[in-house]
Amino acid sequence: MIARRRVRVETEQTNERLRLVETLLGNHELTTCVESAMEWLERTWHIERAMCLGRSDDGAVLRPIAWRGFADETVGQFMLPTADRFHPLVKVLRKRKLTSFPSARNNGKHQRPATPFGDDAFQAVGLRSTRFANEPIGLLLTDAPAILAPELDWFASVLAQKLENLVQLPMDALDREQEHERSLLLRIINAISDPILLSDVEGRMVLANGPALRLFVASEEESEGRRDAVRLNNMLLSAALSTHAMAQTESMRKELTLVSPVDGSDLVFELLNVVIEDARSGTGVLSILRNVSDLSHAVSQFEENNRKLKQAEAETRAERDRLNLVIDSVADPIVVTDAGGSISLVNEPAERLFTSTEADKPAVQRRVRTNDARFSSFVAGLLLKDDERLTAEISLVNPENGEALPVEAIAGKVVTHHGEMTAIVSILHDRREAIEKNRLYEQLKRASGELEKKVQIATKDIEHQNELLRQQALALTQASMMKTQFLSNMSHEFRTPLNAILGYTSILQQGVAGKLGRDAKEQLERIASNGRHLLTIVNEILDISQIEAGRMPVRVTTFRVSDMINEVRAELDPIVRTAGLAVSIDVPESIPRIASDRQKLKQVLLNLMSNAVKFTPRGKVGIAVRYHAKPKSIAIAVSDTGIGIAETDQERIFEDFQQLDNSSTRVYNGTGLGLAICRRFVRMLRGNISVVSRVGSGSTFTVTIPVGPS
Amino acid sequence: MMRAKEPRRKQLVLLVDDYVDAREMYAKYLVFSGFDVVHASTGVEAIDRARERKPDVILMDLSLPVMDGWQATRTLKTDPNTSTIPVLALTSHALGRVAEGASNAGCDGFITKPCLPEDLVTEIRRVLKASEPSASQPQRRRSRTHAKKAN
Repeated sequence: MIARRRVRVETEQTNERLRLVETLLGNHELTTCVESAMEWLERTWHIERAMCLGRSDDGAVLRPIAWRGFADETVGQFMLPTADRFHPLVKVLRKRKLTSFPSARNNGKHQRPATPFGDDAFQAVGLRSTRFANEPIGLLLTDAPAILAPELDWFASVLAQKLENLVQLPMDALDREQEHERSLLLRIINAISDPILLSDVEGRMVLANGPALRLFVASEEESEGRRDAVRLNNMLLSAALSTHAMAQTESMRKELTLVSPVDGSDLVFELLNVVIEDARSGTGVLSILRNVSDLSHAVSQFEENNRKLKQAEAETRAERDRLNLVIDSVADPIVVTDAGGSISLVNEPAERLFTSTEADKPAVQRRVRTNDARFSSFVAGLLLKDDERLTAEISLVNPENGEALPVEAIAGKVVTHHGEMTAIVSILHDRREAIEKNRLYEQLKRASGELEKKVQIATKDIEHQNELLRQQALALTQASMMKTQFLSNMSHEFRTPLNAILGYTSILQQGVAGKLGRDAKEQLERIASNGRHLLTIVNEILDISQIEAGRMPVRVTTFRVSDMINEVRAELDPIVRTAGLAVSIDVPESIPRIASDRQKLKQVLLNLMSNAVKFTPRGKVGIAVRYHAKPKSIAIAVSDTGIGIAETDQERIFEDFQQLDNSSTRVYNGTGLGLAICRRFVRMLRGNISVVSRVGSGSTFTVTIPVGPS
Repeated sequence: MMRAKEPRRKQLVLLVDDYVDAREMYAKYLVFSGFDVVHASTGVEAIDRARERKPDVILMDLSLPVMDGWQATRTLKTDPNTSTIPVLALTSHALGRVAEGASNAGCDGFITKPCLPEDLVTEIRRVLKASEPSASQPQRRRSRTHAKKAN
């Protein structure tokens, strides 16, 4: 509305001005012209007091032509002598613009001429001829406000143009006009910063502007250096011009290097020569020198600036590319929102959350809208606040599958240094991993706690078990010791009465107490036999207890196997003979002396042989020895043609207290310890014992032991 | 009893055992075999009898009341009056260490019970024969005889 009103006002003003020009064009009489102009002034700008002075015929004074707001007699007296150069209003005539004279009450600084305005403020503007420079035509005085100064200038110029044709100008004004034109020409060429000079055909300088004079003219007072520079410059120019004269071309451009008389630096000029034909003064050459050292400098400056600009542009682009790369490489969604709240930049992860196309499924589009709405409300929260930053958790959904996607959103305002907010940058951090980690951590902690408890319980349990075991071990050790002690004592207690039984039996058998009958002898032999058997049992029990208590060390000696076998045979001779069995001994003479525990090996063989005799009702028993050199060992086989052992029982017979027939009516006597002791002895000798047997056809026990030095 | 009248002095055996049946059984057979026998049932008594009677050989059971056989043997072997008398240890302990202990105490032989009376006599004769050639020179010959194991 305001603009439109202004336009109308301007239009009205233009129309008013046109009306003024029309009025003036239609009037050819000086007074009426001025009168109508004054009237226009009053009507259009409401200027109450104004007066226009016009030039007298001789030009000596200016006197009022028309006025408004003044009494005629006051104005009639007023007159301005133009020769009075120091009169303030005469000065005004030389100026182009309006001059304000403030009220005498406000300002005494200005020299105030006596005017019909008295002490009041007024404006003065000269009416000047445009054709005859500076020739005053008239003067306009008004009390218009200062704001109308441009309008009054315009008014004065329009009025002056009209009055120029109506007033009488002096005859010498034309000469002055020529002089004026020359000075104008000088002023023009002086105003040009490029050196300009006019030379005649002889090369003499006819006309030169200031810059040219500085290059080519030096007075006597100036320094030697400057005068040398000027002389050099003259020579260079003459050379250039003569070259030009020979070339005889209309105009040409060439480069000319001169020396600056001021600082001696090189100045590069483009020399433009124009040949001027003049009827009065003959042919001349106009030379215009354009300083291109500045230009080339400017060009290089421009190029430098251009280069910098391009570099800055490239840097900016690289920076932006880098920023884009950074933003895109961040796995977390990043959203830049402008001040209006609409999204202006997103990276790829954010794009998946907040954008969809028509091609997407409706569900995906709906989820994207949901995300958008939740994010927008979050950003709005920051927009409404004065805070620079905002952190919140937002529940988004994965548009692809609708899974919940809780994110931690961190938004920060981007503020220019003027304090104006331009954007909001939001980073959305996926909370699922953190939540999952937290959940796993809690689970782990719980599991760890439970484990700890279990370990504590288990440790206590183990400690308890250990204590029990320790007590049991102690009890076992004690029991073992007690058992050994008991067996040892028992052995002693058995032997003492057995000694008496066997002793007295022997005495009786020898007839110490008198001659005995056959029955008595036989019965005494039964007593002796049972006593010996009981002794065997006691000895075997003692052996087992000694082995178990580790009190039966291995004593290695060197001996001949054949000697030992002979002893065995001799000791068994009575029972073999009683049983009526054949005995075969197979010990090769080549067998060398062997190193082993003689006593233990002998006891093993005695046991095996007595068993063979015991379980062989008829047939034969035998011992066969074989020697192996590498590694040094012997194998002693004790065989019989007895009842044999079932295959299923062949391992059991080596265990403690095992006799195959455990019934109370068993046929064969024995503790069942014999083979167990044998196996223990053989193992103590680092060998082994095995059996091959068939029920009804006999058994072969083989003892294999190493006999080299261990 | 009838042989006691013979002018040649019979060899005297000091039989030390607290178990009466064993002592009398051996004594009966030793007498039957032509020895004189003197009895003791404790270590202290054994020392007294030995000093009193100067036997040719002492049969010493090791498990004795008041003073055991080891201690009695050590005492006898340190007494110049009795140190030359051979001592045969007799025990029901069948363990090897017992035999070593007896040897260390100064016993000249070691016999494990049960021991048949005829075997005992054989051993006594062996010991006596060993000490005969130089009766003045005490001989310490170690000898171990185990009872034959019956089958």
